[in-house]
Amino acid sequence: MSAISRRELLAKVGVAGLAAAVAPKTSAEETVHSAETICRGEETARSEHENRKSDPTEGSESGETNYQFFNREEAQFIEAAVARLIPTDQHAGAIEAGVPNYLDKQLGGAWGAGERLYTSGPWEPTRPGLGYQLPLKPGELFHTAIKAINAELNKSGRPFWEMSPDQQDEYLHKLEAGGVDLNGIPSEVFFDQLLGMTIEGFFSDPVYGGNKDMVAWKMIGFPGAYATYYDLIDQHGIKFEREPTSLGQSHGHFIPDPNIPAESPHQ
Amino acid sequence: MPTAMKEVDVVFVGFGWGSSILAKELVNTGLKMVGLERGFPRFTSPDFQSPEIHDELRFAVRKAMMQDNVREAITLRHSISETALPVRRWGAFLPGTNLGGSGVHWNGQHFRFQEKDFVLKTAMEERYGKKFVDALGLTIQDWGVPYQELEPYYDKFEYLCGASGKAGNIKGQIQPGGNPFEAPRSREYPTPPLKEQYNGALFRKAATELGYHPYPQPSSNLSVAYTNPDGLKLKACVYCGFCERFACPHYAKASPQTVTLPIVQRSPNFELRTQCQVVQVNRDSTGKKATGVTYYDAAGREIFQPASMVVLSMFPFNNVRMLLLSKIGKPYDPQTGAGVVGRNYSYQTTSNVWSFFDEDVNINPFMGSGAIGTMIDDFSGDNFDHAPYGFIGGAYILAAWTGGRPVEQNPLPPGTPPWGKGWKDAVRKHYGHVGQMLVHGTSMSTRENYLDLDPTYRDAWGLPLLRMTFDFPENDVRMIRFCTDRALEIGKAMPGSRAVSSKIYGQRPFDVAIYQSTHNAGGAIMGTDPSTSVVNKYQQSWDVPNLFVLGASSFPQNGTYNYTNTLQALNLHTADAIRNRYLKNPGPLV
Repeated sequence: MSAISRRELLAKVGVAGLAAAVAPKTSAEETVHSAETICRGEETARSEHENRKSDPTEGSESGETNYQFFNREEAQFIEAAVARLIPTDQHAGAIEAGVPNYLDKQLGGAWGAGERLYTSGPWEPTRPGLGYQLPLKPGELFHTAIKAINAELNKSGRPFWEMSPDQQDEYLHKLEAGGVDLNGIPSEVFFDQLLGMTIEGFFSDPVYGGNKDMVAWKMIGFPGAYATYYDLIDQHGIKFEREPTSLGQSHGHFIPDPNIPAESPHQ
Repeated sequence: MPTAMKEVDVVFVGFGWGSSILAKELVNTGLKMVGLERGFPRFTSPDFQSPEIHDELRFAVRKAMMQDNVREAITLRHSISETALPVRRWGAFLPGTNLGGSGVHWNGQHFRFQEKDFVLKTAMEERYGKKFVDALGLTIQDWGVPYQELEPYYDKFEYLCGASGKAGNIKGQIQPGGNPFEAPRSREYPTPPLKEQYNGALFRKAATELGYHPYPQPSSNLSVAYTNPDGLKLKACVYCGFCERFACPHYAKASPQTVTLPIVQRSPNFELRTQCQVVQVNRDSTGKKATGVTYYDAAGREIFQPASMVVLSMFPFNNVRMLLLSKIGKPYDPQTGAGVVGRNYSYQTTSNVWSFFDEDVNINPFMGSGAIGTMIDDFSGDNFDHAPYGFIGGAYILAAWTGGRPVEQNPLPPGTPPWGKGWKDAVRKHYGHVGQMLVHGTSMSTRENYLDLDPTYRDAWGLPLLRMTFDFPENDVRMIRFCTDRALEIGKAMPGSRAVSSKIYGQRPFDVAIYQSTHNAGGAIMGTDPSTSVVNKYQQSWDVPNLFVLGASSFPQNGTYNYTNTLQALNLHTADAIRNRYLKNPGPLV
């Protein structure tokens, strides 16, 4: 669809058709405020845009991620891999949820740089029950492992992202089982971190760049950052259907119950 | 040359539950006190606010409130014949840091230990015979202080916190609705139990049918608004499901921030210094008197704080490390069994059991609280005859969802693929329709499980890391298998349960990468004999009478229960002895 301003669209198709015909939004034109003629689609689009404003890690309008950590080839591997780890079906998968964006921002940030990781040597291979022992910080681990994977698969002529889904699954199972040396990284160590972070990216709060529009929370019925159930907890078995909320949607602090003011207890 | 500060009467190392409660008990004495905390200051307002605190990734997954391994980790090996490797990331246990320590992010599970716990060796030998107990290969010891002596201090801490629960035994009279196995208490809990979760109600039905005695878990996340004996106010829990690893924005969790710090910080005689890393307890030339502590401040300046009394109240194994770094007391040698500092390190032996329900059964795990369980003590401690089984100790079985956080609180049936469409199908089918039990048991001491200093790895100040040598004793492996089987029976009997599964963490080799419990204990244990203990029953060092070492490091072995209430009872017992006897006549109290 060619670029068209929302105002032109409203004029041409009328309000009723807008929900079906909403074009990708361009940043210049978010000033339509006609209260009487706002239909459901427009309202949703506008509130989504407001949510997006509070989510600094959000990618571009078309859904593409602005990669800051992965290079293009690493990103191609990541996108293809996470699409198999959490596939799309009747619900969003890792791609729609923005998991590549989450991984990119986590690995390019403090976590990737080794927050909370004791990295001093000497370094010995791990033993059962002793956890991670490599000197690599998470960002380094991903760069090293993915480069090794891409190099190996390019040699055999077929990068991961050009494989069929079945072939991709087979390769991922191979990494998961271990026994593939990725420039010194045991493949199961890389796979564990990739899968773990993919699940985090799917289920964590959207402010971290994944779980876009809380699709994962909507899938399972997790209410998110909203958190007060004083009146509902003893209604055993009740179906709780409130729309989830994200940290990015709050306007100031919650007062869970106006009769329980959160005042400082020491006046 | 370190800068010397002006001398004070008491210097506290670490400012969490232990230090803050002792400091609170001393505010009216006129003593000049300094609290040294390695972390940042933080308070309910503005640091623990909703909704920011309801962030699973930051606090539960990334562990924002925990000690920073970049600066200070520990090393672990399973036996003395191995090389210890660094615990590069926390997993099994999560030592807290910053003002208030683990008292901020605890779950508020507020139990007393049982009478036999304090005289474990004597009680086990009495019931099962010395031969039976010796064959188990344990180094269990009596504490040197009986439950009855601690009872008033348990009561005091419960009323300080406003703990919510239902008494099961008041002065020997069993009370309906409470735990018939509990140690006798002098009066009811200060506030009534929390509301029961659906998960707990289903468990209650099954446990009752099987002839057990379910009761509500005692909680320091309060059921109602409460004003404590010091006039501090707490609010009712709103069941937000972000408790352990999180701070409470609602003033509903008893913590140093809500029940001790406000009193301490009002006192003009108390000074808090944060971002101060203590590296040594200093002594005079006799070695029998502490003269103060040396620390590095936030700018890296080396400072000496002279004091008449030194109180160590850090995360328990850090207490032990400080004694070893300061060369106070004889380090324990597992080969010979001689020495005391580092001896009898213990932990907690646990498993989880899950029940899977149909999709129309809405468990609503996200409506949770830290101590919201329905539970039984029928298999705790020595509440059943162990003679047929060849182990001692036991576990409570607790049905609770502290929350329903999707990254980490999302169990799936065995055989579920870990990723792909099969995983996604399973998550869709099961999230919100699973019941959970925790089986939480005793941890016995052995000759081989101990703490010392690592020969290779160092912290950011260049000092040796603590080395932990630990694996679950065979006794405890047998115990947790037995108790898990009992929990599986209950899981199958829960109405609507279609399948059950379990995961036992208490097995060999101990896996430091998977969360189990933050109830590390021992290493500076209490006792009646200085050749087999580090402190006396007032947690006073045998070697250095003006040094007190507070906390779970005092435990000769660990009991069935979460131990905050017990260590605080010990600390209040210590506070009384300091206030009423030590200050009048400084010197050995025993």
